[in-house]
Amino acid sequence: MLAEKDKVFTNLYGFDDWKLAGARKRGVWSNTKELLALGQAKIIDEVKNSGLRGRGGAGFSTGMKWSFMPKPSDRPHYLVVNADESEPGTCKDRDIIRFDPHRLLEGIVCGAFAINAHASYIYIRGEFVNEAKNMQIAIEEAYAAGLIGKNACGSGWDIDIYLHRGAGAYICGEESALLESLEGKKGQPRNKPPFPANAGLYASPTTVNNVETIAVVPEILRRGAAWFAGMGREKNSGNKVYCISGHVNQPCNVEEVMSIPMRELIEKYAGGVRGGWDNLLAVIPGGSSTPLLPKDICNTVLMDFDALKAVQSGLGTAGLIVMDKSTDLIYAIARLSRFYMHESCGQCTPCREGTGWMYRVMQRMVKGNARLEEIDMLIDVTREIEGHTICAHGDAAGWPIQGLIRHFRPMVEQRILDYRKQAA
Amino acid sequence: MSAPANMNAKQPKTFAFTPANLEKAKWFIAKYPKNREASAVIPLLQLAQAQHDNWLPVAAMDVVAEMLEMPPVRVYEVASFYTMFNRAPVGKFLLQVCTTTPCWLRGSDDIKHVCKSKLGISDGETSKDGMFSMMEVECLGACVNAPMVQINDDYYEDLTGDSFAQICDELAAGKTPSIGSQTGRQGSHPASAKKA
Repeated sequence: MLAEKDKVFTNLYGFDDWKLAGARKRGVWSNTKELLALGQAKIIDEVKNSGLRGRGGAGFSTGMKWSFMPKPSDRPHYLVVNADESEPGTCKDRDIIRFDPHRLLEGIVCGAFAINAHASYIYIRGEFVNEAKNMQIAIEEAYAAGLIGKNACGSGWDIDIYLHRGAGAYICGEESALLESLEGKKGQPRNKPPFPANAGLYASPTTVNNVETIAVVPEILRRGAAWFAGMGREKNSGNKVYCISGHVNQPCNVEEVMSIPMRELIEKYAGGVRGGWDNLLAVIPGGSSTPLLPKDICNTVLMDFDALKAVQSGLGTAGLIVMDKSTDLIYAIARLSRFYMHESCGQCTPCREGTGWMYRVMQRMVKGNARLEEIDMLIDVTREIEGHTICAHGDAAGWPIQGLIRHFRPMVEQRILDYRKQAA
Repeated sequence: MSAPANMNAKQPKTFAFTPANLEKAKWFIAKYPKNREASAVIPLLQLAQAQHDNWLPVAAMDVVAEMLEMPPVRVYEVASFYTMFNRAPVGKFLLQVCTTTPCWLRGSDDIKHVCKSKLGISDGETSKDGMFSMMEVECLGACVNAPMVQINDDYYEDLTGDSFAQICDELAAGKTPSIGSQTGRQGSHPASAKKA
């Protein structure tokens, strides 16, 4: 369990002042100049040693990512913050932006310095209009106080931070689509390589990090890598903001340690499953893309990258979607199929055509108006899309369906048999 | 996909930014390096849409293209790719009803039902009096406060059919309903827990 003193996001709910004065009281900006005085190599080492893995879903080592940035040259370097939070079930970055924006800004100063960037863009989803207002106010406060801009915090490092609003496209959460969008184009993912570290924004070296990832960095530097690494299991260290939605008594966001048991998380903070734990049907553990888990796995599974991977799912963004026994699970997944169809950027044929095909079949599965063989055909199609597209959107579209069939095949079959009986 | 996508809407012949918005446009453009002005296309289109009753006529796209020295088709492409650009007129209040799984689990069907029974509109429709347009949208990132609806710029969260109906009444009466959670909880805090 996360001790009060180990909490990073101390204004997650917005009970206190989110502006500069309040942020300073919470310790933000307290010694940023000293943190930068550690030097670039030491900062990257600390972040590596802390075990911090990206909080946007992929879980890649943040320190490692930073170390991929090339040596300074005549090309500018950029730090781009991914605040395009759109994964169904996820609403954590929103709270950091609206209630603790200075924590993000201080993280940007540290991160930008570490990767040799003098400019940073925060790409926030367009629908977060009010959140963007808070962020912009915080940026202006920070400029006025000399915390960012020329000689940020008196460190000798110049860093300009700009807010950029998106305009409604889930795919822009994919880092190369985000960069395309930031350059003023349709948000369609780029072929890799080259990776953003070599040719990212404006073909310059770029690192893209999630809001939560960047926002914990100053605290890691202040308290030391060992402090962060001491929370959670090995290779899954640190704190995490979890979002618990769906059929729980008190849906909420909460900061806890990594590797907390799923059941403890749901029962302690979200008031438990509606109707009690035994009324649980399934949980989507880390945002819509991660395959659902039936109750018997939820009983004991831990909330971290490796534990969830071991049960063929993933931590993703740590947005738990809880579904009790009243749920039409087939519809719940079909609705996600519709989501992926709607959000496919249309660039790659397997995804553009496949997401629509899967949704149409899933709609028939909801009614049971299908043949039993079509279940295997559906799985086969998800596998055919997987790995055959530029980005992971096509893969992600298939994973919820794979999870459904893996764990609830008899339910899908029964629906088909019932439909036939009624039709006869 | 951008909806409602009626390119046959009656298009105004011309569009011009107000002097105040021209200043704002310059401020947006200055955020990006020299020769990278195209980066400002989304902010400028947003500015234009906000100035033009929440919809984006082709004339406005052309003005933005000229300002950013972009081929017009590149701007049309952007305007049609992103869902927040309305390329046809919408009602005074644009109801964006999230129906993705986390909101559906918490009762977004009730919200859709209120749109239909009270306002007479479904996905993509505008009420006869021009007050309300309704769109079913994908996840708006407020899942622990589901179900939720975005009305113009603001989120209304922790809704029920009744509380949503009341919000619609207040808007129609020219009042300003309180935004955010409709059950009075603060942010994403667990409802019954006390402030720490």
